[in-house]
Amino acid sequence: MFIGPAVLLLIAFSFIPILISLLISFTDMNLIGLRNWDMVDTVGLENFIALFQDPLFHTAIFNTLVYVSIGVPLVIICSLGVALLLNYMTSKLFTFFRVLFYVPSITNIVAIAVVWGFLYNMDVGLFNFILNSLGLGKVPWLEHPFIAKISLIILAVWKGIGINMLIYLAALQSIPKSFYEAADMDGANKFQKLRYITIPSLSYATFFVTVTTLIGWLQFFEEPFVMTGGGPLDGTMSMALFIYERGFQYNEFGYAAAASLILFVFIIVATLIQFTFNKSKEN
Amino acid sequence: MFVTSVLVVGGFLVSIPFIWMILSSFKSEREARTMPPTFWPQEFTFEHYINLFQNLNFGTYFTNTMIIVLFAMLGLLFNTMAGYGFAKFNFKGKEIVFLGVLATMMIPAQVSMIPVYLLLNQMSLTNTMAGIILPGLIAAFNIFLIRQFMTTIPNDLIESARIDGAKEFRIFFQIILPLSKPVLAVQAILTFVGAWNSFLWPLIVANDQALYTLSVGLALLQGQHSSSFALQMAGATVMVIPVLILFIFVQRYIVEGFNTTGIK
Repeated sequence: MFIGPAVLLLIAFSFIPILISLLISFTDMNLIGLRNWDMVDTVGLENFIALFQDPLFHTAIFNTLVYVSIGVPLVIICSLGVALLLNYMTSKLFTFFRVLFYVPSITNIVAIAVVWGFLYNMDVGLFNFILNSLGLGKVPWLEHPFIAKISLIILAVWKGIGINMLIYLAALQSIPKSFYEAADMDGANKFQKLRYITIPSLSYATFFVTVTTLIGWLQFFEEPFVMTGGGPLDGTMSMALFIYERGFQYNEFGYAAAASLILFVFIIVATLIQFTFNKSKEN
Repeated sequence: MFVTSVLVVGGFLVSIPFIWMILSSFKSEREARTMPPTFWPQEFTFEHYINLFQNLNFGTYFTNTMIIVLFAMLGLLFNTMAGYGFAKFNFKGKEIVFLGVLATMMIPAQVSMIPVYLLLNQMSLTNTMAGIILPGLIAAFNIFLIRQFMTTIPNDLIESARIDGAKEFRIFFQIILPLSKPVLAVQAILTFVGAWNSFLWPLIVANDQALYTLSVGLALLQGQHSSSFALQMAGATVMVIPVLILFIFVQRYIVEGFNTTGIK
């Protein structure tokens, strides 16, 4: 009775879609097939074979791996750093700065894209103006395939610090004070306390943050979608954006569904690696 | 002292985009793109805000966004009921159903996006408000967190209410919900923020401008008025400020909520 509405909606919009996704990835489902199901043919593994030969999909995988390998460590280091600093603060300022660092993560991505697009603007943007006044040259923030990737990562790290910082803060405040008192008696310095008490006590929080951040960055989508549309020269195209474009701009639903299953496999593998890594560390 | 100065510098860097957004939205179009840029608006103007609501349909987008927010709260009620059901009732297959709920959290949005669209198309719900709202009503993660919280409510309380002759829904609304205020507060805030910011799904499902949400409208503005920076900044400010104000008032509940979710 109580779980009825929720379970029904979940079945309709989560379970059945996964099955459909699996089914249509073996078909040539497109816009014509959408109007008339008779026009849909089963093509077996053709979509998957085509994907492995599609240079744009290769670029998307490569870019996604770049996003993950730079973005994930950066987010973790920055949010841990901010959390550690905040943990030293007195109460009033503590609340103020906590809000300040959390706010980017609840603001709307389109609004952020609009504002950062303005800041990154090559001619009238604030960033290039600051660089100019420091005597440095202009940076083509969103106009160069590789720099554009970095620009999007900077934006996403800025947006991603907040929530992870809160998780770290919660974890930091649950470390028993007696650990530090014992260390003080043994004459440990600040760095030793950080290295031997704080960081190890945070291992579960770090694990949680790593897994969720990793999954999030593998699905990196909104930033390239609203900032660059995948350009320039496909330099910011991610796997998720590839799926969206194939599905909803070219209406090749079968092809896009196949790509989405490959992304799903990536996520599962990455998560499993994390879990095994964590287990072996615990043992 | 060192810590404070690092945080002040970091905090300033983090808030530059917001400061810049708000200040630019009050500048004239010409001033917004002059080089070197002015920091404080020389001629303070509201023209962009008036323009947004009078000529660019932001009123309609605002109404649509609020409708989505409203229904998201109904979804939250369903999530809460489900969380309660999983925490306090025993029925056949409960474990399996709950595992199924958890499993849906693992599926990336991109995987279900296409099939959900095809399903809605089959039900002729694309380009309708129902099509925008329905798929987002239930979130497995909310059900999970609420269930975790509800298991801490003592069973005796529910039992004694039953002995006193209270009906199940009355127990839920008059005993369980008031006891769950902390977790509900967090969920309500996060649900509000999520619904307020909803962008991709409305963009996919809605073809009709009358159904656009604020963020879709803002994206449209970015495409059509790509050179009017001050106007875009005003649009972004309309999008960001309500959430910002709400968040400043309720942020301590969110932090408490995180502390009670057990991620330690």
